[in-house]
Amino acid sequence: MAPVLFVGFALLLVLSSVMVILHKNPVTSALFLVSAFCSLAGIYLLLHAEFLGMVQVIVYAGAIMVLFLFVIMYLNLGRDVEGGLALALRRGFGYLVGLGLLGIALTWFARGWSAGPAAPPPESPAPGNTQAIGMLLYSRYLFPFEITSVVLLVAMVGVIVIARGRRGGIPEAPDMPEAIPDTPADRGEAPPATGAAPPAAAAPKRSVEGS
Amino acid sequence: MLPASIPLSWALAVSAVVFVIGVVGVLVRRNALVIFMSVELMLNAGNLAFVAFARHMQSLDGQIFVFFVMTVAAAEVAVGLAIIVNMFRLRETVFVDEINLLKG
Amino acid sequence: MIAHLAALPGVLRDPTVQFALWAFVKIFIILNVMLGIVSYMIYAERKIAGHMQARVGPNRVGPFGLLQPIADVLKLFFKEEFIPDEANKVVYHIAPMLAVIPALVTFSVIPFGPGALTVTDVNVGLLVFLAMSSLGVYAITLAGWSSNNKYALLGGLRSSAQMISYELAMGLSTIGVLLIAGSLSMADIVNAQRHVWMVVWQPHAFLLFMICALAETNRAPFDLPEAEAELVAGFHTEYSSMKFGLFFLGEFMNVIAISCIAVTLFLGGWNGPGPAALGIVWFLIKLAFLLFFFIWVRWTFPRLRYDQLMHLGWKVLLPIALLNVVATAGVLWWVGNR
Repeated sequence: MAPVLFVGFALLLVLSSVMVILHKNPVTSALFLVSAFCSLAGIYLLLHAEFLGMVQVIVYAGAIMVLFLFVIMYLNLGRDVEGGLALALRRGFGYLVGLGLLGIALTWFARGWSAGPAAPPPESPAPGNTQAIGMLLYSRYLFPFEITSVVLLVAMVGVIVIARGRRGGIPEAPDMPEAIPDTPADRGEAPPATGAAPPAAAAPKRSVEGS
Repeated sequence: MLPASIPLSWALAVSAVVFVIGVVGVLVRRNALVIFMSVELMLNAGNLAFVAFARHMQSLDGQIFVFFVMTVAAAEVAVGLAIIVNMFRLRETVFVDEINLLKG
Repeated sequence: MIAHLAALPGVLRDPTVQFALWAFVKIFIILNVMLGIVSYMIYAERKIAGHMQARVGPNRVGPFGLLQPIADVLKLFFKEEFIPDEANKVVYHIAPMLAVIPALVTFSVIPFGPGALTVTDVNVGLLVFLAMSSLGVYAITLAGWSSNNKYALLGGLRSSAQMISYELAMGLSTIGVLLIAGSLSMADIVNAQRHVWMVVWQPHAFLLFMICALAETNRAPFDLPEAEAELVAGFHTEYSSMKFGLFFLGEFMNVIAISCIAVTLFLGGWNGPGPAALGIVWFLIKLAFLLFFFIWVRWTFPRLRYDQLMHLGWKVLLPIALLNVVATAGVLWWVGNR
């Protein structure tokens, strides 16, 4: 039963990942990435990592991807306009590198991992691995755990500093529109048809807000 | 005939394929947000390999690493998206090849 | 048990297949019962709202207006379906489904009664609920974005900020319960409350949870995403017919799901006097009480302003929830070491 489900989730994962990099609309890409993360969570469940599977959905699908969507909507991005010879060349190069990497991986698999030793049979329905992970996290991995929390704190402070812009020294955003038109509305154009109207916060006065 | 449980090699193969898709995404696209998403795909491919090995070795250390990777990825996304938003404010674009301020 | 009937074909004797079949039967029953509860909760809401405002409420269709929900659903079915020209069609169609599905998945881990009265008891039950409530954001955000309407977009953006903020406080407010019960499995949490309900140990956490639940389900006084006075109808401005119906269904499903979780975590689940078979009755009585609380609050408090909402979430609820985690852990450590 588990291998069948695994194949299903793996196919869903690979297909959604391919669509992430192929689709021209960033919102659709983000949605396919959500689907990829959810199928990955399914694979984690099948590999008896229940805690990680749920954390994957909460952190990646529930928090990170919402942030992505939020930014895409905030910037009001439409479809990517792509074209030109340089881009085509670069794209061809990218696909070649990808094929090469895949070839290397497949060669390695063919050489050493042809069938792969089967995983040991699943242990009896344990009370769950959350407790075990917690024990390990707060004993052997206590120091990395604390370091990670420092990383999070630094990121939090950094994001606020970046998003608020500079106060004091260089004048902040409201003085800039002479050089660069702010939103399509400022340039006297109709808002682009693909997305919805730009958020009101972005209109004339560009007060910089936390994102 | 299907094996009774999921072989290690299957999970590793899926992980390799997803990683390659992520690499291609970074090389091929020019939208900074999509490039960022491809980086996330690569991180997740690594996570999958960790979980598969943790299952194979009957040890939880691999899962702990995934936990750390997720935390750092969350921090990275927050900072990265803040930079992209700022970049868009300054240059009105999210295409990485149009952001060439350092080019003489 | 069906398992012992000799007449079953071979396939059905496979334990995996049996497990799947049983799960399907339970899901089918729960789905239909919940649809019934939702339609009569809407009736109850209109009736209670009516009485609170010295009106009668619906009383034309059937005795006491009891057939009103059926008439409403029929009306929704026969409405013309309208899709905005510039909408992103695929996302526009997916969003209403995303509103209902996470709420339905949450029901799979709720123990409605002892033993077989739960679809599945997984060892990360509470995390399943948190994961599904974090997925609930997509429905509203995507609906707001895809209908290509500024009011809808504003409603969508508001709701994503609101739900992310209150999700944190809600998750943290459940941690006190987890620490006392020592498990993430819903069945274990209910068993830990055999003698004393969690609400006795954690009354503040229960209050926090209910406030966050109001915000998570976008119910008044936190219904800013669809504030009709400023945003027309918020994220579902452009939705009509059964798609609007799905959003409506999703909102009420979410209310019921989150009330079920509150009953399980804080009000002792199916525990109550009398034989164990009465468990589901106790569960439903507690659930009905919480649902009445939701309706009561909706018709009592005025809507918050946006800055008040953010202030409450980040500067009041979140610090209290964090303090509660530390305090509970400290007390448990002290009790354990005494």
